[in-house]
Amino acid sequence: MSSGPVALSLQAQEDVVLVRQTVRSLAVKIGLNLVDQTKIITAASELARNTVVYGGGGKVTVEEVTKGPRVGIRMTFEDAGPGIADIERALTDGYTSGGGLGLGLGGAKRLSDEFVIDSTPGVGTKVTIARWKP
Amino acid sequence: MERIPILRIGRVLLVTIQVDMHDRLAMSLQDDLTARIVSDQAAGVLIDISALDIVDSFIGRMLGNIASMARILDAETVVVGMQPSVAITLVELGLSLPGIRTALNVDRGMDLLRVSEDEGERKAGT
Repeated sequence: MSSGPVALSLQAQEDVVLVRQTVRSLAVKIGLNLVDQTKIITAASELARNTVVYGGGGKVTVEEVTKGPRVGIRMTFEDAGPGIADIERALTDGYTSGGGLGLGLGGAKRLSDEFVIDSTPGVGTKVTIARWKP
Repeated sequence: MERIPILRIGRVLLVTIQVDMHDRLAMSLQDDLTARIVSDQAAGVLIDISALDIVDSFIGRMLGNIASMARILDAETVVVGMQPSVAITLVELGLSLPGIRTALNVDRGMDLLRVSEDEGERKAGT
């Protein structure tokens, strides 16, 4: 049984914790192994924090997805923040516009099977990631 | 306000993180620990993260900050109990926790702190 998408508001730090818990429940439900669970929850945590801290708040949609016989988990993070002018640079480890380590975006990409980022300066940022059960 | 409890055993401060921390709670732990190192004249800090399912870049940075601040305040930090899946994820995330000493569990972490304290005393000629 596939459950429908869950939309969560991302405004405060506590919301990041709720995203982690929501992703964990779904990752367990679809039967991801522990390492894959840990990777996708960590990626979700990085992107959720980006949405709150750099995007000025937004939302995330968490859903179970299927592709033929495969099952996976997909998340879409959206904000209406300042956007990212140079995405290549933002994906570079160590580059940060805030006070962080600059690992969030690049790290989330490495921890996901699929990673799509769409950002327009002055309009906002949308990041979609997915992890498939092997 | 919620807080992560800090216990003192001899000259070691022991912290067991058992909740999924939001960022502000992690920051307050960092502040509380540095204050306690001074007020309790602690020689070591042991942080048990065996209950943590994930360590992301923020928590990783907090652990690194605690270790750096403790060192400046003449205390050693050992992080213990990291789950294997967390270690795998951290490395892939790009965070290898430089400057942080680790041990597999609380017992071994305590041994590590005892050894470094003994060495410190020898150097001081006591």
